[in-house]
Amino acid sequence: MKWLNEEDIQHISIGAAVLGTGGGGDPYIGKMLALSAIKKYGPVKMVTVEELEEDHFVLPVSGMGSPSVLVEKIPSFDQLKAPLEAYEEAVGKKVDVVMPIEIGGVNSLIPVAVAAMKGIPILDGDAMGRAFPEAQMVTFHLDGLKPELVTLGDEKSNVVSINPADGIWSEKISRQITIVMGGSSIVCDYGINGKQAKESVIPDTLTLAQQIGALLTNERTAKIHPIVQMLEKLNGYKLFTGKAIQIERKIHGGFTRGKAIFEGSDEDKESTCQLFFQNEHLLAEVNGQPVAITPDLIAVLDEETGMPITTEGLKYGARAVIVAFPAHEKWRTDIGIETAGPKYFKYECDYIPLETLVKEVNQ
Amino acid sequence: MIRLGIDVGGTNTDGVILSADNEILASTKSTTTKDIFSGIKQTLNKLMEESKLNAEKIDIATLGTTHCTNAIVERKGLNRVGIIRICLPSGSAVTPLLDWPQDLVDQLDPRVLLIHGGYEYNGEPIAALEESELQDVVEAFKGEVDSIAITSVFSPVQDEQEKYVADYINKAMPEIPISISSEIGSVGLIERENATILNAALMSTIRRVSEGFQQALEQEGIQAKIFLGQNDGTLMTNEYAQRYPIYTIACGPTNSIRGAAHLTNEPDAIVVDIGGTTTDIGVLANSFPRQTSLAVEVGGVRTNYRMPDIYSVGFGGGTKIHRKDNGWKVGPDSVGYRLMEEAKSFGGEILTATDIAIAKGQVYFGHPDIASFKDLPIDDIYESMTHVVEEAIDRMKTNSEDATVVLVGGGAALIPETLKGASKVIRPAHAGVANAIGAALGDISGTVERIYLLENESYEAIMENAKAEAVKNAVAAGADPDQIQIIQLEDFPLAYLPGQALLVKVKVAGPLKM
Repeated sequence: MKWLNEEDIQHISIGAAVLGTGGGGDPYIGKMLALSAIKKYGPVKMVTVEELEEDHFVLPVSGMGSPSVLVEKIPSFDQLKAPLEAYEEAVGKKVDVVMPIEIGGVNSLIPVAVAAMKGIPILDGDAMGRAFPEAQMVTFHLDGLKPELVTLGDEKSNVVSINPADGIWSEKISRQITIVMGGSSIVCDYGINGKQAKESVIPDTLTLAQQIGALLTNERTAKIHPIVQMLEKLNGYKLFTGKAIQIERKIHGGFTRGKAIFEGSDEDKESTCQLFFQNEHLLAEVNGQPVAITPDLIAVLDEETGMPITTEGLKYGARAVIVAFPAHEKWRTDIGIETAGPKYFKYECDYIPLETLVKEVNQ
Repeated sequence: MIRLGIDVGGTNTDGVILSADNEILASTKSTTTKDIFSGIKQTLNKLMEESKLNAEKIDIATLGTTHCTNAIVERKGLNRVGIIRICLPSGSAVTPLLDWPQDLVDQLDPRVLLIHGGYEYNGEPIAALEESELQDVVEAFKGEVDSIAITSVFSPVQDEQEKYVADYINKAMPEIPISISSEIGSVGLIERENATILNAALMSTIRRVSEGFQQALEQEGIQAKIFLGQNDGTLMTNEYAQRYPIYTIACGPTNSIRGAAHLTNEPDAIVVDIGGTTTDIGVLANSFPRQTSLAVEVGGVRTNYRMPDIYSVGFGGGTKIHRKDNGWKVGPDSVGYRLMEEAKSFGGEILTATDIAIAKGQVYFGHPDIASFKDLPIDDIYESMTHVVEEAIDRMKTNSEDATVVLVGGGAALIPETLKGASKVIRPAHAGVANAIGAALGDISGTVERIYLLENESYEAIMENAKAEAVKNAVAAGADPDQIQIIQLEDFPLAYLPGQALLVKVKVAGPLKM
């Protein structure tokens, strides 16, 4: 158990951008919501997955829709808590702990604001261990859990409850409702008990985001570059060092899809890296050979500062270090790969774990 | 038409007088003074002496100044701002000024009100305005604020409510200046609101600028029409500047870029402005400075109004050359304006970039004691200096093709005329006062940055409307309607939204209408 302070929130917002693997929306507005709620309602207690009681009622809260709408039409406090209260009313019990559905980007901090308002703890863990673009891309779905009930709310005090057949229908229907609500909504789904949370939640990811953020912000006293420290922390690999020389983007079906080409420097001189993205970075190839494949995490970091560069913010000339971290083991199962592997995003290659790829390259 | 231009920078206050054919009649450099105006007066005085012109011949006087930047950074002379956000029932979870530095908030002594209204991304109202809330606003602000900032949700899509509220308040309190966000920032409510509040806070500062400049001109007997430099490299009439003071922030580097365009006749180039302490690199696209697409902090406040895309590196004529391990390191610290006292070539003790360039034979001045440099690996250090600039140039490119590079600023001579990544390097005459020349050139711009919906109109109609509005804005700012040209025309689709919402950016510019 730990109380989150203002500095923790700042750090989480930066770490969440790294774990957002290039997408997940700018955590800035999430940070503002969390700081504002804590200022008004008091501090937030964060509990670990082990600390959960088996009969605790745990509910994820997240934002859905267009980041461009969220930064313009900012939620009200009433909107932030309405879907949770509707959920409580429908299932006839009070929420004990809220949790983030994803740790990457803006959704890492929206539930912190709700926890502050309701005076209940936030769970140190999430259901992705990163950011993904679609609602069924959660560990709950991989474990055969259904969203059961989904509640969505807008600022006009509309609250809609749906009982979708499964996670995929939940995504389709919720997205339509969100559009009618003006392109952005607050969502609660996958209300679970403590026992299920212990089985399905990826633990300690808020703390991880906080530690990454602290590494990148704190004054560099150590001689070790923050990127190196981060790789140690996340069991990650440095894939490539180079300069972005070409970027192609296309907006397709509401998603930004494209690729970036990097020309190598230092030990990667003479090599080229191609990075494919759809909101998030999904596939990295060096000299035509895959070196990291979704659902493993790929992040592009500024060579100098180690700060994450988003798929939108990537520009010609960016000096970057491309790194990758192994996804949680749940994503490396057949259903995990089917749900968020390369084929789902229409890339030709088969999923091969990061560690295997790195070993192959080194041989 | 004879024009006088002054550019106030951090170190120097530069001035030029241009003839009707843009020929340079006089140019000077003075040290920027703490109060700024005595430095301006000194520059004016020198210009008049050098040019021997009759003061009455000067038709136009333009000023690019750091007053507004300083006011925000030093938290001095800012207005008490009344802040209205038209957003309810949305928006209440993040109130205005939430992450502003407290000392800046204290200076603004703000009154903040959230009222019903605002729009969805598709232009439908979130809520209607409420008359009683507008009365409350007037009640709360009367006698308590010097200026007002109004921001509505999605005003880049639809600005009707912002304008209605501004009109309503203007009727009740006509003496109070009002800034509305749709005329200032882009998508992103908090950043746009922040820029609008800063704009409102600068109303007295900008008035003092124009009054002070007027007075300085009158002392020299100059009765010219006054213009102020803005950060897209164009001018605005004094009246226009009084409404949009925030556009004067960062006008210095853009003046240099415009000056470089004029001196070289190159419409597209990378402009490298080498000063005493830093080098600012900007990009000329279609003869105007390229803008950044990122959020920019001003005095610790996150904003999203248009700002030039400038990359600065710690390299200039006064940059110190340090011994490091077994080699040598370039900067980033500098002796700055004390070059003439502290650099080795001028009898000082410190090895600077200027000394290396002299020893290399790149520039010829000072009294270098060449013998004392003879043990130094001059070629290697000079290559490192050049490399710093080459790296910075590469960062500003949008593709890997070689580009035209223009060197300006007091340190322009330090850098060689062949650079990696450059198809050609131009170091024009008068490079040292390119900024003041840029300030004196008389182009006026108009911009539009808003969201249009493709379901309502065709793409062609949207672009035509946006262009027409930009032209209207340029004419209002003082441009000659018959000579306006389109400088920039871009559209960006917004992700995750149904239908097609387009963010359209248009910039037009034309010469002053006399």
